[in-house]
Amino acid sequence: MEIPLTWYLTLSAVLFSIGVMGVLFRSNLIVILMSIELMLNAVNLTLIAFGQFMGDITGQILVFFVISVAAAEAAVGLAIVIAIFRNKLTVDVNDIKLFRH
Amino acid sequence: MLAETFFVAAGLVAVIAALGMLVSRSPVRSALWLILVMLCVAGLYMTLSAEFIAVVQVLVYAGAIMVLFLFVIMLLNLGALPNLERVDFKKGVGFVLGTVILAQLVYITATASDPLVKASFNPAETGSALKIAEELFTRYALPFEIIGILLLVATVGAVMLAKRTFE
Repeated sequence: MEIPLTWYLTLSAVLFSIGVMGVLFRSNLIVILMSIELMLNAVNLTLIAFGQFMGDITGQILVFFVISVAAAEAAVGLAIVIAIFRNKLTVDVNDIKLFRH
Repeated sequence: MLAETFFVAAGLVAVIAALGMLVSRSPVRSALWLILVMLCVAGLYMTLSAEFIAVVQVLVYAGAIMVLFLFVIMLLNLGALPNLERVDFKKGVGFVLGTVILAQLVYITATASDPLVKASFNPAETGSALKIAEELFTRYALPFEIIGILLLVATVGAVMLAKRTFE
């Protein structure tokens, strides 16, 4: 009847790995930011699963904070994407070589 | 049995949607796939009886953050990529690295001997907004205020960055 903890951990491991591959595969800055959000989601799932199985509410408080910081991160990250697009007219990481001279 | 069926269904949809996000050519489709992942994860929070976090997940992640992503994609007018990105050395390394991380995490999960792994989940009343608010506004009041300041700074910083032009 009960769902074991390992199921949640395995699922979030799979989601996290897909997020890692997204960051490494894709060259579109916005898709890379979305992959980071996917990884944050996987970690949140792990936190809630551990917290609920331990009967401790701190896991959920931590997830609440992670979601708030993710919102701030998305806002700043997308502002940087807009700034780069205004100056370079591209969001492809292979064409952005600010430091490579 | 019902809970397990729901878990398997939501988990499968989440993994398929995450892979869809990974391989979609158009950023808009990637964003829509990611919204589906987030809704599935919210459903999984419900199976863990974390109702408040599930609602916050739908409101903040699927609602606010993904709408912001879609808004920026539409604003920049990014169409689909013209051709398939070629497979090169960098992508091979990325695939190997991702697979290694997955294997490592699954291995650790499968061989864990901690008693917590065998513990049965007793759905106590820990997920309600009342219980979370009690903790958030007493023990974690200071971090809560700091998060408020962080969001303010991020808002101001986002406006400044988006307005700025380099020479």
